[in-house]
Amino acid sequence: MSLRPLLLSNARLLDPATGQETPGSVLVREGRIADIAHGAAPGAPEGAERIDCGGNVLAPGLIDMRAFVGEPGAEHRETLASASAAAAAGGVTTLVCMPDTNPVIDGPAIVDFVLRRARDTACVTVLPAAAVTKGLAGREMTEFGLLQEAGAVAFTDGLKAVTNAQVMRRALTYARDFGALIMQHVEEPDLVGEGVMNEGEFASRLGLAGIPREAETVMLERDIRLVRLTGARYHAAMISCADSVEIVRRAKEAGLPVTCGVSVNNLVLNENDIGHYRTFCRLAPPLRHESDRQAVVEALKEGVIDAVVSDHNPQDVETKRLPFAEAADGALGIETLLGAAMRLVHTGDIGLPRLIQALTAAPAKILGREAGRLTAGAPADLVLIDPDLPYVLDKRQLKSRSKNSPFDEARLQGAAALTLVGGRVVHRLPEIAVAA
Amino acid sequence: MTQVAPPSFPHRHLLGIEGLTRPEIEGLLDRADAAVDVSRQVEKKRNVLRGRTQINLFFEPSTRTQSSFELAGKRLGADVMNMSVASSSVKKGETLIDTAATLNAMRPDIIVVRHQSAGAVHLLARKVDCSVVNAGDGAHEHPTQALLDALTIRRNKGRIEGLQVAICGDVLHSRVARSNIISLQALGARVRVIGPTSLLPSGIARFGVEVFTDMREGLRDCDIVMMLRLQRERMNGSFVPSVKEYFRYYGLDGDKLALARPDALVMHPGPMNRGVEIASDIADGAQSLIREQVEMGVAVRMAVLEALASHLPNG
Repeated sequence: MSLRPLLLSNARLLDPATGQETPGSVLVREGRIADIAHGAAPGAPEGAERIDCGGNVLAPGLIDMRAFVGEPGAEHRETLASASAAAAAGGVTTLVCMPDTNPVIDGPAIVDFVLRRARDTACVTVLPAAAVTKGLAGREMTEFGLLQEAGAVAFTDGLKAVTNAQVMRRALTYARDFGALIMQHVEEPDLVGEGVMNEGEFASRLGLAGIPREAETVMLERDIRLVRLTGARYHAAMISCADSVEIVRRAKEAGLPVTCGVSVNNLVLNENDIGHYRTFCRLAPPLRHESDRQAVVEALKEGVIDAVVSDHNPQDVETKRLPFAEAADGALGIETLLGAAMRLVHTGDIGLPRLIQALTAAPAKILGREAGRLTAGAPADLVLIDPDLPYVLDKRQLKSRSKNSPFDEARLQGAAALTLVGGRVVHRLPEIAVAA
Repeated sequence: MTQVAPPSFPHRHLLGIEGLTRPEIEGLLDRADAAVDVSRQVEKKRNVLRGRTQINLFFEPSTRTQSSFELAGKRLGADVMNMSVASSSVKKGETLIDTAATLNAMRPDIIVVRHQSAGAVHLLARKVDCSVVNAGDGAHEHPTQALLDALTIRRNKGRIEGLQVAICGDVLHSRVARSNIISLQALGARVRVIGPTSLLPSGIARFGVEVFTDMREGLRDCDIVMMLRLQRERMNGSFVPSVKEYFRYYGLDGDKLALARPDALVMHPGPMNRGVEIASDIADGAQSLIREQVEMGVAVRMAVLEALASHLPNG
């Protein structure tokens, strides 16, 4: 299907590669960025559509490395269609879906199924991550080579860590030969035990069992030793505490092929947001102390933490409207990823260019994708960000099939005004007009 | 006893000690003193709750707390219905919220709830129109236990202000300990906790208590020694190595009690594990208030129900 050329003019172009913000315009043709003009907009080509960006920020579309979708197996919580609609509304143009489905994404046929379903029903790019171990059982490794050929972009056991050190060692060893990326959920389940929130005074006051920071650091330290042993590419999916930052920093200084992410929740919320047992703030890793939050924000700013993820995990009332200790982990996130992360920009904790870099170019590089760039020839996956738009989040307006947002009724500032995937408009606020 | 009209209780529910002011706690204790007198009469029945329905909803088995609330409600004239988890639809997969909605539709005036999960009673309270009393939620709070303990202490020592109280044993899993720490501190006592670190909550020192892992040291100069129950499943290697070892270091026996003040009094919320956290002769000895605690339990629950009655519709 051929699209008419599209000229996006009067924008502040944010190039994550350089961190520069310059006035300019972008010409989109046949799904790709055809030309970038700085300064005054050039004339639109014959037959082109035109969008006046109104001085808002035009950046590559966001790439979310961690989203749980529910298709196949839990379509009542989320489908590829609903997840991608939520993504588009949040300015996310690529999402990596986790293998925690039913059946598990642990064979090439299921990767193929997800990709075909996404092609037919999703409006953003969906990249499946396949399981490290068959059935997420933590014992036998999956077919890394065949899975990669089928389109798996990385390997992870999703919500679960690969706990057996021997299994992890062999997976890393084998993954290196195929250049495969192992993404680990860094949580030692025995140390988590019955814990449901960050260990400390607040958990003790609520009478809830705590999760020590060591549940994360012990697993992370072990994994990094195994990376040193094997030389494989390793990505810690999400870290949540100050000690983990130091572990990753040391690994990077030692030149190990280690990267890491952070959930937007751990960047803008802390354990106090649990308040009186709000289950929407029950997360894995848990919301930590304010000092940990500040440490991960700082680490993101410095680049010790590479990428920001939504950790989008739709849950329904059956799994969330329960006493805190009995509820499931997880929160919606993909649609609020940008708006929530923008809090850090508005508080002055982080500059918009670095934030956008961590949401675009950094994940693209880790995943080896050509998206996430604002250069001629790159895919026309773009987001127009109105950085100052204020609103109160209403969960009923969310596109997701589930409603477990920790930001319900929160005051947010900054949103995606327009989202393009492959040059096609997949989301547009009414204030943005398309002229023929 | 001179009767002064207690100040009205400003809360619709009693979900915890946290959030209560010292005058509110003392007001409940004053009401409870009067209820003790009522309970010691031949004619024990009053009509404060006549025509009212009280549901005791117990998701965890409990003999003494449930019967204590039942007696308290009946002595005030309420119609009391006991629901325990074994006979309820919760076993059939109904959620707490659904149970709350179902019970709410039956128009009770007061629901007394015990649940194994911290915060469950708060959750339920948000979904019903009547008053809710927390009869214990996970390791969070057990407010009526703390009130009955305070009443027992006040009646025996004449005061709470300035007393040195030691709370000993499995503080980690204890809602009784949490409620008592908050309550006793609000009433002016100095509180210590004593136990192996594996049974103490993280950050416990931030509660403003003194922390001891050596019981002999911790009991020195104490006016009140409050023992906690150690659950059977935690005795054998998971939190402490064995009953034998636990009793040796953290069980209250005559030798250890002798280190407290000579007029020290011993308390236990029950049910006791004799020979685990407390020696039999101490439990039954002259310094023990354990039986009296049970009597005070009924009185305190009458006081709480009566205080909440003023918030009932048409009350």
